[in-house]
Amino acid sequence: MRNIISINNIHKSFAGLHVLNGLSLEISEKETHVILGQSGCGKSVLLKCLLGIFEVDSGEITVAGISVNDKQRSKEYMQKFSILFQGNALFDSMTVIENVEFGIKQSLKHKHLNSKEIRKIAEEKIISVGLESRVFDIYPAEMSGGMQKRAALARAIAVEPEVLLFDEPTSGLDPITGGLICNLLRDTVKKLGITSLTITHDLKVAEFLSDRVSVINKGTVAWIGQAKNMKNCGNEFVEEFYRASNVISARH
Amino acid sequence: MIATLGRYTLASLREIGRISVFITKGVRCCFTPPFYFREILRHIISIGFYSLPIVGLTAIFAGMALALQMHVGFTRFNAEGAIASVVLIGITRELGPVFAGLMVAGRMSSSMAAEIGSMRVSEQIDALMTMSVDPYKFLVAPRIISSVLTMPFLVLIADIIGVMGGFLVATTLLDYSTGSYITQTANNFELWDVLSGLFKAAAFGFSIAGFGCYHGFFSDLGARGVGRATTSAVVSSCIGILALNYLLTALFFGA
Ligand SMILES: Nc1ncnc2c1ncn2[C@@H]1O[C@H](COP(=O)(O)OP(=O)(O)OP(=O)(O)O)[C@@H](O)[C@H]1O
Ligand SMILES: [Mg+2]
Repeated sequence: MRNIISINNIHKSFAGLHVLNGLSLEISEKETHVILGQSGCGKSVLLKCLLGIFEVDSGEITVAGISVNDKQRSKEYMQKFSILFQGNALFDSMTVIENVEFGIKQSLKHKHLNSKEIRKIAEEKIISVGLESRVFDIYPAEMSGGMQKRAALARAIAVEPEVLLFDEPTSGLDPITGGLICNLLRDTVKKLGITSLTITHDLKVAEFLSDRVSVINKGTVAWIGQAKNMKNCGNEFVEEFYRASNVISARH
Repeated sequence: MIATLGRYTLASLREIGRISVFITKGVRCCFTPPFYFREILRHIISIGFYSLPIVGLTAIFAGMALALQMHVGFTRFNAEGAIASVVLIGITRELGPVFAGLMVAGRMSSSMAAEIGSMRVSEQIDALMTMSVDPYKFLVAPRIISSVLTMPFLVLIADIIGVMGGFLVATTLLDYSTGSYITQTANNFELWDVLSGLFKAAAFGFSIAGFGCYHGFFSDLGARGVGRATTSAVVSSCIGILALNYLLTALFFGA
């Protein structure tokens, strides 16, 4: 299959602290890929480099053939993605439905729609992530974490992106809600038939969501493969990560 | 010692550079589409409408105190007759704009810094960027536009209320006759006194929104960072107001 995201030998450091050290990664179309790594290993930094929020020191990132540095096509580049942020990042001055509508209004694909049509799409998307119509006109702050996650997902999928990015999708949620959200993410990605890239430190999430997993250590990809092969992959760090994750969940 | 001094100077220079770049970008975005009219309206309401009570209260007390002071001072020179015109000039040129500016700075530049700072912390600004919305256009420009447009109206109202305050004290407490106070006020009315105050008000509005947005935009992460940003926003916008007030006074009325 064709590669949609290619990250080639990128370096990024902050004031002498080398966070990414020649990291390379290829993600093919329609793959559900999970990036796994310890807290502080640079997962969020990688995501921000991919989105062009941080400029890389060296190396190359292209998505669907467009370089992240191509200023002329930056709008087109950005609109390949939708992101479900770690903290949801819903705009708190807008109601839930206005949040979703705002996303749609910015998208090049939906330029020709009038406000009624936009409202209709927004309503459909909110319902499709399992929220009720009574949340349309309430503000994000009035909802629980799980509901906010769903609303943020509705906003993310409403723009029909080619790649969905999930940053720590279960952080801050209880295990049951976390499980429901994981299921929802998996079903949504399957239904839309698009590429997804999830960033997490939670092995369970990785096992559940991934076609392939990349484990990041010391600023590069330490190992890449299917989650079920992690246990006996021969890489010391990856096996350690696997064992530690299971020790913790066994203690629960 | 010299190294510390050097570092401090460099840091201040960098800060000044960053503010200039920020302000330039913000101002440019005020004049280039897209315009987010809903945001502009929202801020006009929160700056203009909700600041009315505090601006009105400050103005009436300022007018009252001014009348009282001038009465005490002028009786020494047997010049009580000038009180109406001093209240009028003092309020419209100086006290109305400056007090309204400082009060609105306390209220609005802190809330702008807090709002934008927490948007930064909760990744809402990143979310805007990934939707290819320019945060300067969506967050900064509407606040600058609405603040610059609204402040003159607030100050006009403050002027009227302040002059009324002076009138009340003079006619009720100090035995001035109502009729002569009103004629004196009318005779000494100069449109330029009021207009210059309104120009100042617009400039103060710019200082309020500019510093409020700037400190919010570059706030450190975390609740502590946002807290510090709100404090710095109020302090620097107040200093900005007082400095602009001197500069504009010198420009309009200086020899
Ligand atoms: N804007 C920044 N300026 C300076 N250093 C930064 C910045 N952002 C991140 N870092 C540093 O980069 C390193 C990686 O941070 P990052 O947030 O990517 O970790 P992470 O893998 O996402 O961790 P977590 O799982 O806890 O979210 C950290 O050491 C952090 O201090
Ligand atoms: Mg992170």
